[in-house]
Amino acid sequence: MRQDPAHPHLIATGGKENALKVWDLQGSEEPVFRAKNVRNDWLDLRVPIWDQDIQFLPESQKLVTCTGYHQVRVYDPASPQRRPVLEATYGEYPLTAMTLTPGANSVIVGNTHGQLAEIDLRQGRLLGCLKGLAGSVRGLQCHPSKPLLASCGLDRVLRVHRIRNPRGLEHKVYLKSQLNCLLLSGRDNWEDEPQEPQEPKKAPLEDTETDELWASLEAAAKRKLPDLERTQGALQTRRRKKQRPGSTSP
Amino acid sequence: MAKTGVNSGSRGKKGLKRKAAAEEPQEAAVAEDGATESGVQPPKAAAFPPGFSISEIKNKQRRHLMFTRWKQQQRKEKLAIKKKLKKEREALGDKAPPKPVPKTIDNQRVYDETVVDPNDEEVAYDEATDEFASYFNRQTSPKILITTSDRPHGRTVRLCEQLSTVIPNSHVYYRRGLALKKIIPQCISRDFTDLIVINEDRKTPNGLILSHLPNGPTAHFKMSSVRLRKEIKRRGKDPTEHIPEIILNNFTTRLGHSVGRMFASLFPHNPQFIGRQVATFHNQRDYIFFRFHRYIFKSEKKVGIQELGPRFTLKLRSLQKGTFDSKYGEYEWVHKPREMDTSRRKFHL
Repeated sequence: MRQDPAHPHLIATGGKENALKVWDLQGSEEPVFRAKNVRNDWLDLRVPIWDQDIQFLPESQKLVTCTGYHQVRVYDPASPQRRPVLEATYGEYPLTAMTLTPGANSVIVGNTHGQLAEIDLRQGRLLGCLKGLAGSVRGLQCHPSKPLLASCGLDRVLRVHRIRNPRGLEHKVYLKSQLNCLLLSGRDNWEDEPQEPQEPKKAPLEDTETDELWASLEAAAKRKLPDLERTQGALQTRRRKKQRPGSTSP
Repeated sequence: MAKTGVNSGSRGKKGLKRKAAAEEPQEAAVAEDGATESGVQPPKAAAFPPGFSISEIKNKQRRHLMFTRWKQQQRKEKLAIKKKLKKEREALGDKAPPKPVPKTIDNQRVYDETVVDPNDEEVAYDEATDEFASYFNRQTSPKILITTSDRPHGRTVRLCEQLSTVIPNSHVYYRRGLALKKIIPQCISRDFTDLIVINEDRKTPNGLILSHLPNGPTAHFKMSSVRLRKEIKRRGKDPTEHIPEIILNNFTTRLGHSVGRMFASLFPHNPQFIGRQVATFHNQRDYIFFRFHRYIFKSEKKVGIQELGPRFTLKLRSLQKGTFDSKYGEYEWVHKPREMDTSRRKFHL
């Protein structure tokens, strides 16, 4: 589920065998936009649906989704067709996380093998890959103005990459537990903030099918901008563990 | 005295020591005089232009000759240095400085920040809540299912049988073309805790998939160097039904820790020391060596060991978070040769 940052009353939902729907919280019970599945493939079989991550594109009504069947799709509620406007595929493994790049019309997706790729949304082609991750990518976020990307995954390392000139790894930190999601915060003293306003921001990053893995996974890693120099000791104090009462390993 | 170097040495005098680069004519003359004792006419010295290297000689025979001569000279110098050092050590006796430790790839290993500190409480908390916690809390005892890929050949079948004697409470079943994803729910319903699949290629076992069952991690290994019982020299009699002890060596990093726990959870938690049997998983340079021995203490410090049981070497290819699902599963660690194998001194386990 994702909330549109420009219009806070619009949310989009999607999941496994659950097509993309855009809801208006102030409007009616019916979704504002309900996406239609693509046509049957060349064997005349129904193409399965598994939306893993959704992003709203700024300055338009379009949405981008990445699926577990390694597809990236762009939907446009303003156009008369409910099918995706653009579809691109990358790799052979389910795409788990997605983020928009600053300014340019491209997204960066990550899959369960640790491969990160930048895909152009105007033409639907692959612009380039980022390497380094060894585990499934769970969280991705781009800086709103600088060409920096933070990624975290199941290999317990938080990495900051440079997306342009040249593409590469800027910094990495070993955090001792499997990381599930991350958040780039612009505030300086986020530790002093009360806990409640920050919790809702984490909720949209959860996916429905990762719920059963929560009990065995540890916290969110929080990352502060623009200060990039960080010692591991300092990060450890800032990391919060999610206390799950009565959680046992599934 | 100064002659063209290429022609004068064609006689192939090995007694004449000659360095290719920067040689003065006078030194060569002195060497010549020394060589007259051999009774053969010494060849005249050659002055090589500075910056000359043996590899620039076009004639292969001549080049080879110059190189062997140079090599012999190097060896002699090295031996001389060694002898001198030895003499000095003997002369100093007790006051000699300790011998320097030779550099090995294991010594020079790149610093790995993921090495687990034994007192680390975060790692301890992590391990208390992961999938193996129920085994380490003695709540479950292992029950293993061993199977192979479809239509196994003789070696693989015998390896499975021998493995089932090594691992207590294990059962071997034939695969008969069943899909793993269908086998797994059935295993879970029959209370199996682990699944081992030995993959075979061209009549030899070459892969191992170890899956912890109620939704635990799945490790995929490359298996090499498999020796069945009859191929092991000087081995002891067949292993008994006693539960063996386990030795896990060198699983230092966080990934190594997880893999080590996977191996430990295959065996029951209460080793029977009467049986004097031990299974060893030794990790060195990312290769895991499996051995099965019987030991006997001859005295306080002397142990005799007999190797029983199969032996093989494993290399981790991937560690997946759920049970076996190579297409849609999430990987905790994947071995990527072009990214991870760039340094000879960096290891991941």
